[in-house]
Amino acid sequence: MKVVNKGIDKLDAMSLVTGKPVYTDDIAPENCLIVKVLRSPHAYAKILSIIIDKALKVPGIECILTYQDVPQKRFTMAGQSYPEPSPYDRLILDEYVRYVGDPVVIVAGVNVKAVNKALKLIKVNYEVLKPILNMEEAIDNSIVIHSEDDYHLNFDIGNDVKRNLCASGSFKSGNVDEELKSCHVVVDEQYHTKANNQAMMETFSTYTYLDYNGRVNIITSTQIPFHVRRIVAKALDIPKTKVRVIKPRIGGGFGAKQTVVSEIFPAIVTMKTGKPAKMIFNRFETFCASTSRHEMKIRIKLGADKEGNIKAISIYTLSNTGAYGEHGPTTVGLSGHKTMTLYNKASSFKFDYDVVYTNTMSAGAFRGYGATQGAFALESAINELAVKLNMDPIELRQKNLLEEGDIMTTYYGETLTSCNLDNCINKGKELVGWNEKYPYRRISDSKVRSVGVAITMQGSGISGIDMASVQIRLNDDGYYTLLIGATDMGTGCDTILAQMAAECLECNMDQIVVNGVDTDQSPYDSGSYASSTTYITGMSVVKACNKLIEQMIVEASKILIVQKETLEFDGQKIYNSEKSITLDKLAQKLVVGDGNYLMANASHSSLSSPPPFMAGFVEIELDTQTGKIDIIDFFGIVDCGTTINPKLAKIQVEGGIVQGIGMALYEEVSYSTTGKMMNNSFMQYKIPSRLDIGNIHVNFESSYEPTGPFGAKSIGEVVINTPCPAIAHAVYNAVGVNIRSLPITSEKILLSIINSR
Amino acid sequence: MQIKCTINNRIFVEDIQVDMLLIDFLRHLGFLSVKRGCDTANCGLCTVWIDNKTVLSCSILAVSVNEKHVTTLEGIQDEAIEFGKFIASEGAEQCGYCSPGFIMNVLAMKRELVNPTEDSIKHYLSGNLCRCTGYMGQLRAIKKFLNATRGGCLSESS
Repeated sequence: MKVVNKGIDKLDAMSLVTGKPVYTDDIAPENCLIVKVLRSPHAYAKILSIIIDKALKVPGIECILTYQDVPQKRFTMAGQSYPEPSPYDRLILDEYVRYVGDPVVIVAGVNVKAVNKALKLIKVNYEVLKPILNMEEAIDNSIVIHSEDDYHLNFDIGNDVKRNLCASGSFKSGNVDEELKSCHVVVDEQYHTKANNQAMMETFSTYTYLDYNGRVNIITSTQIPFHVRRIVAKALDIPKTKVRVIKPRIGGGFGAKQTVVSEIFPAIVTMKTGKPAKMIFNRFETFCASTSRHEMKIRIKLGADKEGNIKAISIYTLSNTGAYGEHGPTTVGLSGHKTMTLYNKASSFKFDYDVVYTNTMSAGAFRGYGATQGAFALESAINELAVKLNMDPIELRQKNLLEEGDIMTTYYGETLTSCNLDNCINKGKELVGWNEKYPYRRISDSKVRSVGVAITMQGSGISGIDMASVQIRLNDDGYYTLLIGATDMGTGCDTILAQMAAECLECNMDQIVVNGVDTDQSPYDSGSYASSTTYITGMSVVKACNKLIEQMIVEASKILIVQKETLEFDGQKIYNSEKSITLDKLAQKLVVGDGNYLMANASHSSLSSPPPFMAGFVEIELDTQTGKIDIIDFFGIVDCGTTINPKLAKIQVEGGIVQGIGMALYEEVSYSTTGKMMNNSFMQYKIPSRLDIGNIHVNFESSYEPTGPFGAKSIGEVVINTPCPAIAHAVYNAVGVNIRSLPITSEKILLSIINSR
Repeated sequence: MQIKCTINNRIFVEDIQVDMLLIDFLRHLGFLSVKRGCDTANCGLCTVWIDNKTVLSCSILAVSVNEKHVTTLEGIQDEAIEFGKFIASEGAEQCGYCSPGFIMNVLAMKRELVNPTEDSIKHYLSGNLCRCTGYMGQLRAIKKFLNATRGGCLSESS
């Protein structure tokens, strides 16, 4: 391969590093109305009245909207393919507010000062209701969070909204309860993962305007332009033909921008006023009025025989979807299906879940999407099982590991077509120096160094649902335009998709122009989420390029007057043993007179979602007098199939591991006793800085996925899953305490040490 | 009030509100490399230089640059390109949103520290957050850049 599997620079790199104005707020016109939202100070309340007279008189105020001024059609903000599994439980503005931060009034004016002044002059009278803030008190509480008549479900998701149950379900194979009775050792523990904030550097940003056809144009920092088009049209109760969505460069997403967060507010202002409008969330709003990772309590029962053969795995997940159900019914499934599948050799499996409403901010999508939470629980339990068996945790895993060719009982019966996890584990074991360092070494009276391990899997797209189409065009000088609907959010998908096209078309990268995304021009793509772009959109690129080559050969055969079967394409020319035409000459002829401008389209979806795998190994230094942890080294060994761009893949792994370290050690969205978010800024919600992460080392142990483009699977999400359980394991190995509730803070470690004495 | 300042070697005389922040002043004048990542002076994205010293432009008033010289990434494009190529070759710009503030601080560090150790590089830049890369690629880029441009940094930690 000449272009694929090469560490090519991102196409947009130089404009990003020289600070060019390429993000939403950089390109918004100066004359946009400034849009802001007055938010609820109460976790649960009914609005009795809203008095806006004084606010309306503020000079420069153009528009003030309350729930009485906006369409009352329920929708979900979750960016999922239609019909969405998430319940339609939202209005743009509602008579009820269900968390601190829920929008109450939309205000638009000519400048920030006028809008801020107007916001202060609005008076809202609430009937304050008692909220539910603890997810364990949600089911069958006398307080009901969604009692609206027009609550709507597209599917049977095990919902019972009058019980505050957003979704529930169960899966089983074999008889777990019987198996557990006969097991030599059983681990039965509950693990608690917290809500986290995605914390991408660019906050939610959107601007809107009406074009010359009266259509609302939405320029927005999103992972899901086509879902935005549909959801905004539904919420505003206008036809989809009236909405156009454009995605410029995006300053990170990590799932946060897989939900329609900022788009609707400026869009409705533009619809009402006819004027351009923009809404740039500040960091506080980005924290407290968006979506977080789902908090989960996960009960694991795990049984094995004396030799360490895992017999039974039972998982019960209670997931907190917050005030609204965005991604609630879907994230929870991954906490079971994308964890226990690793131990496919077990003879019985059970997975039950409940997803509940509470009066906290809605949860949503965040890299890992439930698998991260499940990995902390199950991998921690596996490490605890190894202790009970008096067995090396690596040996225990390798004894029970799934293998290529397995039919994966707990993974929708899919067959595992590529897996190099065993070698990932071997490599990591060697790199971290497991044999010398496990379980711990005492450095001084108060310092212990120890190691920990965890393994994980994710998927590559959503099987049978994610869909990507691309178009590739041959232009007059023999260069190509690749039109995609997939959304590069900094990850580099524009570049890797161009690499695939260049590989297929046997050309250099500078012969491919990539364009995305504009819903008026780009072909449909469900969006960049669920680790789908490389695998799903990538296959679309391969298909489209092959079609284009066929078309070029047909046209060349007409010009050369030869049988098309005799012709070959080598990237520069189309030829047989006697005749030849260069690509640029062919391209030129095709755009003159009765030419035929060549455009090849292809769509792709996959009936399977081949899992990428990763083994994570950590070495920490723990201060036994304070409980403080320092990360020394983290080794991530990944099987993502073929790495299309090893350099960008490596950065994905490093970035994912560091986000995982943040989740493991200190990231936690917490609420006051009245439901106010306690850490809504980078002052209080600390993400890792470059001083906090030790050294991250990345290796690839690639398998070849036969259903993926050039053998590729996915990389984006699998990389965040191992730090939490690996670090918890290292803490156990250092001081003999199991921290089962994230984050693993110094306080928790020290208290556990004291309590265990 | 009216202020007079130099931005990227060009003189500006502007009438501004006294409570205007420097970041908003600079963005208003079209220096859009200056990014806002937080509201609490924690992220480093809005880093610019005033008289060649790094400051967070979200944390000072525009009036305070009266009679001073402000530099943004637009004003040092050649250096941005030179270092930027090292970042690009590590793939470490990713979303790019933190790049301008980060690069302003790296270039200030290059002027200020002689042969910095890896630890002193990390300390100098600890106020520049990045959520995409995990920082390792940035560090590789910095070390290669310093080595290539002037005998460089020690790769060992002190």
